[in-house]
Amino acid sequence: MTGRIGAVALRLWVAAVLFFLFAPIAIVILYAFNKSNVQSWPIAGLSTRWVRVAWHDPQVRSALWLSIKAGVLATAVAIILGTAAAFGVHRFKFFGRNAVSLLLVLPLALPGIITGIALNSAFTFAGINLSLETIVIGHATFCIVVVYNNVIARLRRVSGSLVEASMDLGASPIQTFRFVTLPTISTALVSGALLAFALSFDEIIVTTFTAGAQNTLPLWIFGAIRLGQQLPEVNVVVVAVLILTIIPVTISVRLTGRAGIK
Amino acid sequence: MSDTTSKVNAALWRRGWLRGTLTLTPPLAWFLVIYLASLVVMLITAFWSVDPFTNNLVHSWNLDNFRQLFTPTYERIIGRTVGMAALVTVTDAIVALPFAYYMARVATPRVRNLLFAAVLLPLWASYIARVYAWIVILQDGGTLDWSFAKIGLGAPHIGYSNTALWVVFSYIWLPYMIVPVFGALERIPASLLEASADLGGRPARTTWKVVLPLALPGIVAGSIFTFALTLGDYITPILIGGARSTFIGNAIYANVGVAGNLPFAAALATVPIVIMIVYLTIARFLGAFEEI
Repeated sequence: MTGRIGAVALRLWVAAVLFFLFAPIAIVILYAFNKSNVQSWPIAGLSTRWVRVAWHDPQVRSALWLSIKAGVLATAVAIILGTAAAFGVHRFKFFGRNAVSLLLVLPLALPGIITGIALNSAFTFAGINLSLETIVIGHATFCIVVVYNNVIARLRRVSGSLVEASMDLGASPIQTFRFVTLPTISTALVSGALLAFALSFDEIIVTTFTAGAQNTLPLWIFGAIRLGQQLPEVNVVVVAVLILTIIPVTISVRLTGRAGIK
Repeated sequence: MSDTTSKVNAALWRRGWLRGTLTLTPPLAWFLVIYLASLVVMLITAFWSVDPFTNNLVHSWNLDNFRQLFTPTYERIIGRTVGMAALVTVTDAIVALPFAYYMARVATPRVRNLLFAAVLLPLWASYIARVYAWIVILQDGGTLDWSFAKIGLGAPHIGYSNTALWVVFSYIWLPYMIVPVFGALERIPASLLEASADLGGRPARTTWKVVLPLALPGIVAGSIFTFALTLGDYITPILIGGARSTFIGNAIYANVGVAGNLPFAAALATVPIVIMIVYLTIARFLGAFEEI
């Protein structure tokens, strides 16, 4: 196809892009184990000193706990509503079906700050105080589509005749769901749930407008960087968040072989 | 199974619309009651104002907030934001195309899968962590300064500027461009490229006349993400940008937080909405929706 020089250039380009994608991640991981509290490069030496400091910091702990609670609750809401929406859109033909898919994608297609400020205006208008619940509402709104995308992609690939066969053989709708449908969508569901958790755990823009005075882990990081304080601890916490988002997506890709765009 | 349950089951099975309604109502209700209603409240808020003395919302309808958008200060902010979003989108398209081409048409299936994973990992990996990595790299005495010194160049000093912002935005949103472009290129039948070559098309001409037009829907699909994500971001400008890095997102953020002017923030938020509606309409026309 391409000439020899073209082929070499293409390979070099791929290598350069891979370097561009991963060098920053590698550097930030190295910084987490920096011995010194000075941020300059190259780092002074390796140590787990700041990992221990960060782990025992009560502010970091409470932020981590809030992030985990918000992530788990938002994922739970997303699993229920995202699966229901996928079944509804897949199984039933009705007027406005395309509008439903568009509506679900909207929180991700519009910039996050729109969702954030819209929810903030609504909470202010309704006199609702910002709390864990408002964070969960914000996160679930954009996590639903992740579960929805995964489940509907699977439903489209599974033959409808399986369900019909089950019903013909006398299974109730609940039995059919439990023994036929659920096993076929289970990996897609788990994959969607993991991605939803990763998305929620790392989210910062919508959270800023729905969290009030509390800090999730990304909000704590953002605040600390702006103040320029506790940077050695930030190095560690940033890598913790990085790992906690990479693990779910890795498992998810293993399960389904794909993980679409957020 | 009890008699009632089987009756309910039978009724549900016979009436498809009933099951459809039951499964769709909860998610739709969530989106209508929480999301769409919030968007409506935000749009209404944009027509209100804030009492300068008490900081309370004044429910009096006026267009002052929108008029203020058309003052030089905000025109500059909007222009800067759209310009940056366009620049980042073009950069990512140029960087992504050869990479996606290699993935889709040159690499062996095993390498292709590895590269795909290598793109998905940063796509899902923590946003704040990836932005922070660049603070560490770009700061004085950071990795970039050190590398430049090693190869005998002076320190580049691009930290806290719009140049730095351009690099970092392009970095964070790059995977969002690669995935749909790869999807578009993967679907090109090999016979098309062979036909072009058989008819005497040199590689450059085939790339220009066959590959690029077929990659376009993928590029447009990717650009929806790179454009929209840049348009609304304020975290990266605050952390990476400098004195001239006020974007729409920053103005909204400042008006919700420090200035406490929610109505004006809401009016500002309509700007990205309008831009994205226009953008999505064009994208739909270019056939980008099949690529997402």
